[in-house]
Amino acid sequence: MLSEHPWLWPVLWGIVKSLVLLVCVLVSTAVLIYGERKIWAAVMLRRGPNVVGPWGVLQPFADFLKFILKEPILPDSANKVVFLLAPYIGVVLAFMAWAVIPVNEGWVVANINVGILYLFAVSSLGVYSIIMAGWASNSKYPFLSALRAAAQMVSYEVSIGFVIVTVLLCAGSLNLTQIVEAQNTRFGFLGWYGVRLFPMFVIFFISALAETNRPPFDLAEAESELVAGYAVEYSASLYLLQFLTELVAILTMSAMMAVLFLGGWLSPFPWIPVIGASSVFWFLLKAWGVVFMFSMTKLIVPRYRYDQLMRLGWKVLLPISLVAVVVVAFVLKLAGH
Amino acid sequence: MTAAVAFFYLFSMIMLASAFMVIAARNPVHSVLFLILAFVNAAGLFMLAGAEFLGMILIVVYVGAVAVLFLFVVMMLDVDFAEMKRGFLQVLPIGAIIGGIVAIELILVVGSWTVAPAGSAPVGSPITPGVTNTVALGRVLYTQYIYLFQAAGLVLLTAMVGAIVLTLRHKVVKRQVIAEQNARTQASVVEIKKVPFRAGV
Repeated sequence: MLSEHPWLWPVLWGIVKSLVLLVCVLVSTAVLIYGERKIWAAVMLRRGPNVVGPWGVLQPFADFLKFILKEPILPDSANKVVFLLAPYIGVVLAFMAWAVIPVNEGWVVANINVGILYLFAVSSLGVYSIIMAGWASNSKYPFLSALRAAAQMVSYEVSIGFVIVTVLLCAGSLNLTQIVEAQNTRFGFLGWYGVRLFPMFVIFFISALAETNRPPFDLAEAESELVAGYAVEYSASLYLLQFLTELVAILTMSAMMAVLFLGGWLSPFPWIPVIGASSVFWFLLKAWGVVFMFSMTKLIVPRYRYDQLMRLGWKVLLPISLVAVVVVAFVLKLAGH
Repeated sequence: MTAAVAFFYLFSMIMLASAFMVIAARNPVHSVLFLILAFVNAAGLFMLAGAEFLGMILIVVYVGAVAVLFLFVVMMLDVDFAEMKRGFLQVLPIGAIIGGIVAIELILVVGSWTVAPAGSAPVGSPITPGVTNTVALGRVLYTQYIYLFQAAGLVLLTAMVGAIVLTLRHKVVKRQVIAEQNARTQASVVEIKKVPFRAGV
């Protein structure tokens, strides 16, 4: 059948690539669960998961089985269709973002021209899963949490957008592969945008924490006020999907930072023979380094108050990033780009 | 090619169906969700037409920001549609007139009736091969149409100022002054007192 229809080959190849990527991201989430718990435990002088499997490495899989085998409970007064739809939309959007992320030169499912806009669009859609879950639960805490999450994500998206604009101005392209190539200078890591646009990198990191509802900005699920926020009424496999959405969003943000600011698969020391070669290991190292920073932030910084969060977003990060766009544009114009 | 046609019909069908459901759905929140579905499919149609930048911007701006605010308001308001439909017959004539005007306009457009024959000729910039969509759009927007672009920005600014003026109330509210809170030290806030035994403070 394939010899009769040669156009099927790219379709099949696309499916294979997507499946491999999907499996890799899923395994990464398992590593993320285990790794984060071990990091938190180490900082708090605890042992962390250490019962299931050697050193507790099978803990995420045990959790997974538990979520799958338990009975999902549908609240009586919930809006059933929207309630069931919300976690699915969230998880599909979270995985969709990975379609355009290049992990190595040419290792990307869809190398599209507007890759960075696609990533931005998909991550801005993630808010719907939370709003729908909060509203459809028909309960007070989830609804308050949905309102908080929506306001927070819309606010921080603005500064993320401006930070991305500064990177685009420097790289001169919206294609993620070309953005990485633009950071390939003979100065190694000094040519990365994380160094050249260091303040933007910091702003992006803070905004990424807010965008993924991570501590210190996890007001959408603040246990002390809202129990578990928009996830209160969810159980079993539906909760698993929400949990997965959150974890994949963290991985996506880390990968995005590795690509935009840390030179993707480029080596920091291109002048050294062996480790100077660019490879997928550098990408993984950078992405997981950012994940490590995400986990450590949770331990170091106490949770923000809601008005502090809004003030930081609108009155501090937005003006800084707005001025930065103008400054970067002027500098590039004067430098004759 | 066949795949493009198949996707065109898929997106169009879902878009039309969800656009109909926007006005047919009983629950206003469902209406907004169908509106979002229509937006997303419209973005898909843009992509098929090769306008990838417009498609992405449609999702970022309309779906990612505008529709979120729609959903917000509709969720908060708790609109009762049965109550709203009671006065339906009273406004029916006005609605019918507006609908009639729109229908006539559509028929005129479809019949390609033009006032100025020269105006119907395409005046857009020629498409340069090898230049991506985004770059081409940016070149036209920031050179040829820069004044119109700035004017559009000013219109939006006016609308924003207007919205703020309409909703601003100078109520006396307790405000958090972050600078003051950050400036507090232990010495300025905490006073340690020696409490004498059986005497109190």
